[in-house]
Amino acid sequence: MPTNSDRQGLPAGVADISWNVRNNVTSAADVLERHLAAIDAREGDIHAFNIVLADEARLRAAEIDEAVAAGRDPGPLAGVPIALKDNMCTRGIPTTCSSRILDGWRPPYDATVVTKLHEAGAIVVGKTNLDEFAMGSSTENSAFGATRNPRDITRVPGGSSGGSAAAVAAGFAAASLGSDTGGSIRQPAALCGVVGVKPTYGAVSRYGLVAFASSLDQIGPFANSVGDAALVLEAISGHDQMDSTSIRRGPFEVSRQLDMGVAGLRIGRIADLPEGASPDVAARLDEAFDALRDAGAEIVDVEVPAFGYGLTAYYLIAPAEASSNLARYDGVRFGHRVEAPDTNAMYMATRTDGFGAEVKRRIMLGTYALSAGYYDAYYGRALKVRRRIAADFAAAYASADVLLTPASPTVAFRLGDKTADPMSMYLCDTYTIPSNLTGDPAMSVPFGTGDDGLPVGIQILAPALEESRMFRTAAELERRAPK
Amino acid sequence: MGRVALGVVSERITPEAVAKVAKLARLSLSDDELQQATHQLSDMLDHFADIDALDLDGVEPMTHPTPISNVMREDIEMDCLDRDEVLAAAPAAQDGRFRVPPVVGLED
Amino acid sequence: MSQTVGATVSEETWTLRGYEMVVGLEVHVELATRTKLFSASPNRFGDEPNTNIDPVTLGLPGALPVLNRQAVELAMRLGLALDCTVQRSTFARKNYFYPDMPKAYQISQYDEPICVDGWLDLPGSIRVGIERAHLEEDTGKSTHVGGTGGRIHGSDFSLIDFNRAGVPLVEIVSRPDIRTPEQAKAYVSELRAILVAVGASDAKMEEGSMRVDANVSVRLPGAEFGTRCEIKNVNSVRSVGRAIEYEAQRQVAMLEAGESIRQETRHWDENDGRTHTLRSKEDADDYRYFQEPDLVVVDPDPEWIERVRWALPVLPAARRARLADATGQRADAEAILVVTDRDQDAYVLAVAGAGGDAGRALVHVKEAFAEQGERPSVPVADLAKLTRLEIDGKLTATQAKQVLAEIVANGGGDAEAIAASKGFEAMDTSELESKVDDAIAAQPEAWSKFCAGEAKAMGALVGAVMKASSGQADGKAVTALLETRRDIAIA
Repeated sequence: MPTNSDRQGLPAGVADISWNVRNNVTSAADVLERHLAAIDAREGDIHAFNIVLADEARLRAAEIDEAVAAGRDPGPLAGVPIALKDNMCTRGIPTTCSSRILDGWRPPYDATVVTKLHEAGAIVVGKTNLDEFAMGSSTENSAFGATRNPRDITRVPGGSSGGSAAAVAAGFAAASLGSDTGGSIRQPAALCGVVGVKPTYGAVSRYGLVAFASSLDQIGPFANSVGDAALVLEAISGHDQMDSTSIRRGPFEVSRQLDMGVAGLRIGRIADLPEGASPDVAARLDEAFDALRDAGAEIVDVEVPAFGYGLTAYYLIAPAEASSNLARYDGVRFGHRVEAPDTNAMYMATRTDGFGAEVKRRIMLGTYALSAGYYDAYYGRALKVRRRIAADFAAAYASADVLLTPASPTVAFRLGDKTADPMSMYLCDTYTIPSNLTGDPAMSVPFGTGDDGLPVGIQILAPALEESRMFRTAAELERRAPK
Repeated sequence: MGRVALGVVSERITPEAVAKVAKLARLSLSDDELQQATHQLSDMLDHFADIDALDLDGVEPMTHPTPISNVMREDIEMDCLDRDEVLAAAPAAQDGRFRVPPVVGLED
Repeated sequence: MSQTVGATVSEETWTLRGYEMVVGLEVHVELATRTKLFSASPNRFGDEPNTNIDPVTLGLPGALPVLNRQAVELAMRLGLALDCTVQRSTFARKNYFYPDMPKAYQISQYDEPICVDGWLDLPGSIRVGIERAHLEEDTGKSTHVGGTGGRIHGSDFSLIDFNRAGVPLVEIVSRPDIRTPEQAKAYVSELRAILVAVGASDAKMEEGSMRVDANVSVRLPGAEFGTRCEIKNVNSVRSVGRAIEYEAQRQVAMLEAGESIRQETRHWDENDGRTHTLRSKEDADDYRYFQEPDLVVVDPDPEWIERVRWALPVLPAARRARLADATGQRADAEAILVVTDRDQDAYVLAVAGAGGDAGRALVHVKEAFAEQGERPSVPVADLAKLTRLEIDGKLTATQAKQVLAEIVANGGGDAEAIAASKGFEAMDTSELESKVDDAIAAQPEAWSKFCAGEAKAMGALVGAVMKASSGQADGKAVTALLETRRDIAIA
């Protein structure tokens, strides 16, 4: 049955759409046209998409409507329009990572999540903009231009999955997929006022996700409600033999527990959380604790002493892995090539021309961190810090079931505010990074507004594979969010 | 292992080291870009010096978030990609192969 | 090649102006799996270019490696055959740009290889330590077009075929225990035989499924190891010996001239018989190894290891020993090696088991069964009967050969009946003895030379006996009679 009603100005959510389509109340075609109309109306201002797949989506909608007419069930996401971050491979459809270096490349295969969405009856409406190769926190590092925040188009949507967050916030799609390496789902979700989930590492297959940092990357959903995000997560999770790091277990079943409440849950407040949250964000976090206490949860203080070292560990480990992952863009087998008289000159010309400034910066940083004489001081040390952080979180979870922090230190900032100073941009990830290092799940859920009436996101962190209690907490915060 | 001497920001990494790294990564930098990259990387490494103070002796490096082992597949053939489709997407191809400029200069 | 390894490998050290050579070998072998190390496209030699490709092989964005269980099992098999310890292992990325390396990194076991600390015994009493055997993926194949005949330098462009990319390799690294070219050749031959025996690889050097790099240095005995050079492109067992010998001579000449050896990678040129500088190690590549985040630890449980160990076939050295036992002292080492190498040793033993003579069977199998495989078409009983006729003196070796030729041509046959049809009758020994005495009497000069120890002189005497018997006499019997008479004469 439908779980949330039509919101003002927005088409219905995932649960409503699939219920209505499966029960022949509305057609997938109608649902799709409403979303395409929303795209027509506002995409020019927002630039959420690198490509809108209107024709493909219409064919797919007709397929789903035929299935329903023939008495078949298209699946739990029947007719749900979904946007994909443009770093997930789609067979025959350009996959750019918002980089010139992948110019013209059409993957000869589908990512596992794309196959799973298809099997669940979803309709891919387009591929969304991102910071090039998912490196950034504002979606300004795109070879195809910045995405703007639907709540205020002078502001960034966050990043790197800014296009996916904006697409959901603007009603271009009922849900979307992003990838989160250091906060790239949760931070834009917070800035755009939508729900964004980074599942446990290994819970969703990475096969077909263009790698940024392999040991940190994880795909997850954006949606306008906690319940909708849960449905999409259920559809894309589960073991995949094409990904060696995939966890051997079935899909999540979190939807059923959303109404359980938080009575008896121990909610951890990190006493030594690194400073940096602006006062408006800090105030919402305090209110979130209050709201959960009112709902019957116990608020406990915990310490995670190594939390603050996450930024350093992350910005050594992620670029190191990226420097290797991005070496394959060499102009030999696919994508962009700048011709030159010999192979080495061709590599140089192709990569120098094909990559943007931030990507080059991180490739150099990562190459340095791995290079002879520096490995132990930088990469090797960062891996030890990573272990320390994981141990600290494990200790905190002995006394708390979930932890709450801000998802982003601030509300959405203005375009251009942080582009001149890479370090200031990196600090956007302070609160989100540790979960990528540990592999634990985390999500951002909208909770009121801050300065200038812009959305604030609260981050809920949980131990590995404890998505259920994370979603229970998120659902409670959603119910108690300031109107 | 030796770490670049501490001190003023600009000494954390030298332009020569940045140039070497860029070459390893097959990126070319103009003089201006080299100066800018040196400055930016120095700035970052300065921030990242916070972990220098940690005592990490005996801490096991953590390379994977999840401690799983022995993930293997059976030795069974699956369909291959279509050569024509793949070569059509290549920057240059000839005689069923990928074509590249002469392989020289890689040892420099 | 067989001649060089047929005999027991000498313990004698190669020396040149007092220097000895110190050699370690790194042998790469392609594993005989159906599919690649990390993906499901076929591991097959000789297919049309770029037909055995998939997203992982091509290093396409988003593709992820998944380890082939059979490759791990074959690596364990060969490691256990070399008496290695199988241990917990990990994969690393070796980062470098080259057009035939699709991801611009090679996935290879680096600091935690699957097999460590084994050894390989050469025929004789020399033991070569095995430092490690690790899994890694092969590269694609570059063809350099234009310029001067397929060389890299001066070519107009290169064409890349990725069929071989991702094929599973094991690199077997020996300790620097090798001291002579003979030992190096014996090591490669013996390793090859073991690889084939355990089914790990077809180990064909000519097809590139087995490749050898040699680390060579020289030193005065007892001194520290000298600076070593790595020799690449050694593509046959014979080249292994030649390349090492040349390189050691080159290094000794440099040291004698007061120059020092530069650590470098050198290329063996089969045509001019020399090694040439490929690149200096001083500007060594910085491979930035780090643990492969897309793969997990491989930690074979003891039960798996034991299962693989128990399933190992009898290894070539043990099979040769068994064959030598059965055939007796007089059997020559080369025949044993050749027959074992052809996997026909079990057949010879079966002939003996069926009442035949193992020694004679060994000789016949070696000489007449080169075209036959592991299971010769001649029924064991037929060859057994033939050898019995020989032993009983009813057929000479020459006659037996002719009978066997017919048996082989027909895929079997009764030796007695064939001999009868050819009119072969057993030659009376006394008849042969009188022919030998006639020959001695007719050629007194040859006889006295033979008695004085000139082995060559025997030829004339044997020839005379053969002529007198119209070629039907058994050469070995004639030789034996001559030797007996000589021994009596000298005594």
